[in-house]
Amino acid sequence: MFSTAIPSEPVDKKTYLLAVVGNPNAGKTSLFNALTGSRQKVGNYPGVTVERVSSVRNLGKFRLEFVDVPGLYSLEPVSADELVAVEALSGENGVRPDLVICVIDSSNLERNLYLFTQIAELQLPTIVVLTMTDVLESKGSRVDIPKLSTLLGVEVVSVIAHKKTGVKELETTILGVIGQARSPRKFPWKSQSNDHTYLELRHRIACSGIDMSDAEFDQLFLTPEDAISKDWEEHPDVLALIIEARSLPQDAPANDDPVSERYKWTSTIQSEVIVTPSRKRRSTVTDKIDFVLTHRFWGLAVFIAVMYVVFQSIYSFAEPIMGWIEGGFSRIGDFVSPWFSGSPAVQSLIVDGVIGGVGGALAFLPQIMILFLFIALLEGSGYLARAAFLMDKLLGWAGLNGRAFIPLLSSFACAIPGIMAARVMPDPKSRLATILVAPLMSCSARLPVYLLLIGAVIEPKYGAVCAGVTLFAMHFLGLLVAIPVVMVLNKRVIKGKRLPFHLELPPYQWPKWRDVWLSMYIRAKTFLQTAGTIIVVMSIIIWGLLYFPRSMEDDQKFAAEFRISKPLATDLEVTQFVDAKRMENSYLGQFGRAIEPVLRPAGFDWRLSTAILSAFPAREVVVASMGVLFQQGSDAPQESPSLRNSLKDATWPDGRPLITIWSAVSLMVFFALCCQCMATLATVKRETGTWKWPVFMFCYMTGLAYIFSVGIFQLGLWLGSR
Amino acid sequence: MKTVTTFSQLEKGMKARIIEASSATPEGIRLQEMGLTKDTVFIVTKIAPLGDPIEIELRGYRLCLRRSETEGFALEISE
Repeated sequence: MFSTAIPSEPVDKKTYLLAVVGNPNAGKTSLFNALTGSRQKVGNYPGVTVERVSSVRNLGKFRLEFVDVPGLYSLEPVSADELVAVEALSGENGVRPDLVICVIDSSNLERNLYLFTQIAELQLPTIVVLTMTDVLESKGSRVDIPKLSTLLGVEVVSVIAHKKTGVKELETTILGVIGQARSPRKFPWKSQSNDHTYLELRHRIACSGIDMSDAEFDQLFLTPEDAISKDWEEHPDVLALIIEARSLPQDAPANDDPVSERYKWTSTIQSEVIVTPSRKRRSTVTDKIDFVLTHRFWGLAVFIAVMYVVFQSIYSFAEPIMGWIEGGFSRIGDFVSPWFSGSPAVQSLIVDGVIGGVGGALAFLPQIMILFLFIALLEGSGYLARAAFLMDKLLGWAGLNGRAFIPLLSSFACAIPGIMAARVMPDPKSRLATILVAPLMSCSARLPVYLLLIGAVIEPKYGAVCAGVTLFAMHFLGLLVAIPVVMVLNKRVIKGKRLPFHLELPPYQWPKWRDVWLSMYIRAKTFLQTAGTIIVVMSIIIWGLLYFPRSMEDDQKFAAEFRISKPLATDLEVTQFVDAKRMENSYLGQFGRAIEPVLRPAGFDWRLSTAILSAFPAREVVVASMGVLFQQGSDAPQESPSLRNSLKDATWPDGRPLITIWSAVSLMVFFALCCQCMATLATVKRETGTWKWPVFMFCYMTGLAYIFSVGIFQLGLWLGSR
Repeated sequence: MKTVTTFSQLEKGMKARIIEASSATPEGIRLQEMGLTKDTVFIVTKIAPLGDPIEIELRGYRLCLRRSETEGFALEISE
């Protein structure tokens, strides 16, 4: 009835679901990229951290949705998250796929076929894609594809995704079988000797024009013989076969070691289909490189050098680009500002709230893209796996694993790309633990606070060496706190079983530029779409809390008061005073006053409390807020001697100095541990798919920060009173 | 005489056969699913600088695993 549609449109209105399944490292992602290009959509399976990557495209007259099922070694789920991937395949969690594309690494046939034996049991239409045949050929052997196809009972296509060979053939095969592909035999590894009779039987039944489902076929062996004889009277030859098949043992004897049984089968298949197997082990180029790169001494030396280059690049390349983005947005702000001069509230909303918020979200892009460039290069070349191999023991002590080093190290620059980098960890439990401690690493946005307070208190009193040591200690603190936090998280908070650590060191190769670019592009796009939106919305909310309530009369009243108390004040001083008064009277300032009693034990007055509150959306805001609150104007750089001096001169109402060595350390520790970054929370929400973990992260980090700050300040009081 | 041993005793270049893979924990089953079944022979190809993990070659491929996660596996060194 829809055949009158425009001819170029797909005729078939149904969207066919195609699941791409395979072992990790089987070349699944490259195949998926080759099939779908950059039209990928990244989402989450409901409620869990497993990412659902899918892409819809038209092929021939069909509309196909490809789903990249996370890499699996087995359909026997160990963790809850794996279960989701398995359920996506078996259709228990929505729709059953119309076609399973099972990706099998031909250079590791024996183990890859193990997953196939389990997929066969799902009884879904299946085709097999054989990858890495070029790797196999370079070793002097090849796969007999027609034979493999016969043995597995499904279509087999060889694809080398990065060379684009076989992709067309695969598309043709998909078109040929869609809606009618064969399912593999259910237990290919069982009852091989009897197979011939069963297959013959099915074939003969099909030939006699009887359409029989698998369930009906199974019934042939369960129904009493006389009933069968009656049903099949008209087909004596089929009846004879049924009786013969029934006399055979109906299944392989039940065995208590199905894993071994399956491997026996895959091992047989491997020896059947691999032509001229290379028995001899040669020392390959990869072995020679590995001799250095996993060496006891040189391996670690190269690792440190590589990491230094990566993070130095993030610092030095991202900083100027971030500068341009921020500069660009402030120029846009200046440009549009006069359009709204009639209405200062709208003007401030557009310039400070919206444009500032969008600029603030975009400023994270350079770091994310540069980090993912390096991750894609390291992953594509094979070095990432070596680095995890080298680092595993060290991180294992803290209850993490070797793959956590990239997320944690990048978090010293910024937790956003760090949290996103945690996706290199296939084990969801370790990944979640890594995500939850990543923001404890001291990111570059904390640096201005440290520099301001060390410059104001530590350096003048104790000298440059102590200042340096303090700065280092602040960076080390987060790492130190992270260890017990991970231990508690693993024991008490994160449910589910931790997967055993395993890893494969793939052969070294040149990264595929297409995959590198796609990885950067998709990460950036996803960040902007989800985390970016939350950042902009929060920026506008915080802007509102700082801007309102405000009225001209109040401003004039403040200015008049100030001129009476200081008749010689300059216009600048008046403006600064009015700005500070506005902040004090804003909703956020009122909240700061209200919360002062809670923060007083940590040594913070209402001004520091308001500064801390204003820094919750983004901690780098704090220097600007302190500039306003301590009446230095919001452009005060952290090195500004006048802000330092006004901090030093600031007092409590009773005249005691506000910033002492103890309150300064207390404030720095608060910033080191507190979760003052809504972009981080938005990213955690995006990466874990639930608000539960960002809320948990916010509570535990803020709680820790408060406890540590109060502890330090009270210790200082106690020491001072002795 | 062949001696029964465990993963913790392995050194680089050693060849061993799995004589028992009895671990019924999810971790143990997963290792079996990766191919570490009874009677599988493997060679130790790498040991990380800090002693763990190790890389072994079995069934024509190589796998890194932690010695500390191999409870329930018994081995026999074959020269």
